[in-house]
Amino acid sequence: MIVNGVEHPAPSDVRRLLSDHLRHDLGLTGTHVGCEHGVCGCCTVFFDGAPVRSCLMLAIQAEGHQVTTIEGLAADGAPLHPVQQAFHETHGLQCGFCTPGFVMSVVGLLKEHPDPTPGQIDEGISGNLCRCTGYASIRRAVARAAELSR
Amino acid sequence: MTTRWFGARVQRLEDDRLLRGHGRYTDDINENGERALESVFVRSPFAHARIASIDVSAARSMPGVVAVYSAADLPFGDQHLPILIPHPNLTHGRTQRTLAKDVVRYAGEAVAFVVAESRALAEDAAESVQVEYEPLPVVITPELAAAAEHLVHDDVPGNVAAEMIQEAGDVDAALKSAPHRKRLHFRFERSAASPMEGRAVWARWSAAERKLTVYDSTQSPTSIRGGLAVLFGLPESHVEVIAPDVGGGFGPKIMLFYPDELLVPYAAMQLGRPVKWTEDRQEHFTAVNQERGQVHEVEVGFDAEGRLLALSDDFIHDGGAYTPYGIILPIITAGQLPGPYRLPNYRVRFRDLYTNATPTSPYRGAGRPHACFVMERTLDAIAAELGIDRAEVRRRNFIQPDQFPYDVGVAWQDGNTVVYDSGNYPQLLEKALNLLGPRPEGDHIGMGLGVYVEGTGVGPYEGAHVQVLVSGKVVAATGIPSQGQSHATVWAQIVADELGVDVADVEVFSGDTRRFPWGVGTFASRGAVTAGNAMGVAARMVADKARRIAADHLEADAADLELADGQVRVKGAPTRGMPLAAVSVLANPVRYAFGGGTEAATQFTAKARPGPPLVDGEQPGLEATGYFSPPGSTWASGCHAAYVRVDPKTFRLEILKYVVIHDCGRVINPMVIEGQIEGGVAQGIGGAFYERLAYDEEGQLRNASFMEFLMPYATEIPSIEIDHIETPSPLNPLGIKGAGEAGVIPVGAVLGSAIEEALGVPITEMPLSPLKLFELAGRK
Repeated sequence: MIVNGVEHPAPSDVRRLLSDHLRHDLGLTGTHVGCEHGVCGCCTVFFDGAPVRSCLMLAIQAEGHQVTTIEGLAADGAPLHPVQQAFHETHGLQCGFCTPGFVMSVVGLLKEHPDPTPGQIDEGISGNLCRCTGYASIRRAVARAAELSR
Repeated sequence: MTTRWFGARVQRLEDDRLLRGHGRYTDDINENGERALESVFVRSPFAHARIASIDVSAARSMPGVVAVYSAADLPFGDQHLPILIPHPNLTHGRTQRTLAKDVVRYAGEAVAFVVAESRALAEDAAESVQVEYEPLPVVITPELAAAAEHLVHDDVPGNVAAEMIQEAGDVDAALKSAPHRKRLHFRFERSAASPMEGRAVWARWSAAERKLTVYDSTQSPTSIRGGLAVLFGLPESHVEVIAPDVGGGFGPKIMLFYPDELLVPYAAMQLGRPVKWTEDRQEHFTAVNQERGQVHEVEVGFDAEGRLLALSDDFIHDGGAYTPYGIILPIITAGQLPGPYRLPNYRVRFRDLYTNATPTSPYRGAGRPHACFVMERTLDAIAAELGIDRAEVRRRNFIQPDQFPYDVGVAWQDGNTVVYDSGNYPQLLEKALNLLGPRPEGDHIGMGLGVYVEGTGVGPYEGAHVQVLVSGKVVAATGIPSQGQSHATVWAQIVADELGVDVADVEVFSGDTRRFPWGVGTFASRGAVTAGNAMGVAARMVADKARRIAADHLEADAADLELADGQVRVKGAPTRGMPLAAVSVLANPVRYAFGGGTEAATQFTAKARPGPPLVDGEQPGLEATGYFSPPGSTWASGCHAAYVRVDPKTFRLEILKYVVIHDCGRVINPMVIEGQIEGGVAQGIGGAFYERLAYDEEGQLRNASFMEFLMPYATEIPSIEIDHIETPSPLNPLGIKGAGEAGVIPVGAVLGSAIEEALGVPITEMPLSPLKLFELAGRK
């Protein structure tokens, strides 16, 4: 599979979840695991360009596909991706644990709706749980990210 | 004039790495690339049972299994875990063993611990551990505990861990002579904090150095270190405990010890390899402490104008199966119940009762949401009985701004009595009503109101170390860890002001005993007051030292020097000065220059003054360690108000407007405070209307997943409007009060009040849900 543009060999353990493979075999620990049952959205990554929950897939299912994780959004040392920048400016994160999943979801949301309405914002982030922010600052982050992406 | 950072909306310094996916949480730890052994627990499926036998032999012989421990295999297997906060009224305190031995008392209690080459192998082996249980009768609600038909602990009569009665004034006499009296019943169910990151522990033992290194998603690494040093007979200097990035805490990450916090380090020492344990979400629901279960019986006496004359509250507290955290929760409830109101005669009796459920310890709010619910709903009941506006009843009972310090006359969680330091409650209410504005048009709309106080910033103390490097950059460290509260930013703001440097030049380290070994922990909205002031104390010591050293070189009086723009300079003569970096160089007289300008401090350079290079009594380096120990708690306060609409058919809740006026004294960073409040209100809304721990009568938690325990998404949480007032605390140099728990406290009271008006049914319990409202409306 190709992860963040780099080709990796197939996982050796067929029981391995994609989330665990990314984290523990490839060392990409920015993808977080909050529930392992597909509800919290912390483990959201791009699979062939679309956001998916990596805890609901086996790693082996990603063979031959493109995966992008939070680490693949902005190169080290390069400026933050506009969505990351927007989360920073609006205090859209506190503990940071749900944040990579939110950022990936919002990147996906803005691809579909570059100028989202408030309803589309709520809908677009309603697959991700956050226990710190109360979502208000995340809504502001989405609106700001849309501005920065224009 | 240099920038003042305190009070500014400084954007967070910790964000960049978290946003890039470079945060480091405990399950991410992979020190030196060493692959850690992984571990899982065998936990009791029964809420109450005798253990007839435990057979780990099959599990031990499975491939990839390295060790399996039951209580019999542990040298400390017979020891009970400590009672963290002993209290004279806790007459029957009981704690669990690391692994259960004879009896299990809640579903989820740890029974065996399996260590294997991988998590999957450990989970497979755990299923092969054979435990024979003989089920015992289950006591699952506080009411059943009080009835005491069955006992949770054979040797605890009546299931009563503790009983405490306090009285200020003469309640019986005042009730007897009160023109109006009312009896009220309130019930709050248990709930769960549910941080997005579960708990995790990683440990390595270095036999060569006799050093134990532990990463732990804890709110108190310093206490964990102390406990591990005692248990393993090591000097504290040989135990390092690090809380790296922690993905939310909200209270239950400060129970020490959870069994894993002992067994992971123990296994690492025994096996000579790093060992890790990462909780799964289902496990979190029963293995991590919960809170909130209380039942209150109130009798209140009041006059015809709605003024409180006396209040008697008798409540039972669902303590769970064990009392590791002592009776802090009911003490807080009892102490906070009078809230912002003059209550001339107050009696409170509580009993802390054992149930066959997960132990309880503080969850954001910690005894306060229930106290606030009881008091605010009582005031609403008085308003309804007398036909007085709810806001007006509150106005008539508020403690006035000229009455501080105000002694409530009952015990507080720090060993003192409850004494409010400062506040302006009438102003909170008027501002909230103004911000709330006129009632929206439509049917089934209700207005809710809740005013609260919050004892914050409890001691005993915190400390900080601040150092100016020879580069002029500053490093600062404190013992308490962050779980998202923006410590790296707000501590930097405090330090930057004292040292006259840019906030971006201050790097903060927290929650790592290698950087700062002393301290207590992050809980009870205390970080800003205790560690924040310690940062101020230490930074001021550094600033004073910088003035002393620079004074020699600038031929000026230290008192005439100021620190600003990265310089130490003469006040009013900014050209007469030297960079703080240069002062740092001079603070450490050296023989060997090591770069960074240190040649200026070698022995053949021109001396600024006679005498030995290091002044008698002075220590080398431009650094200091300072502590702050508060004389008493600081009392924050606030008022929330809301309009809601409840659909009369589906009972869906729509929060039309929610406003917050908040007073936490002087505000270090308004952006951070607003984030704390927004998050707290959301957690409060979740706890009031969506989240419910559904225990059945057998003590099984029937909804231990995020599929069924309904934490709100963005679609359930409104945007809220926030404004502040500032009544500085006189109890600390920075004038600050805590803010971490504030948002959550009055939400149940506000929504209860609003829904009662919207539907016309009495609301006396929490949590609510559409189903619960359907039942209540049907009962009407």
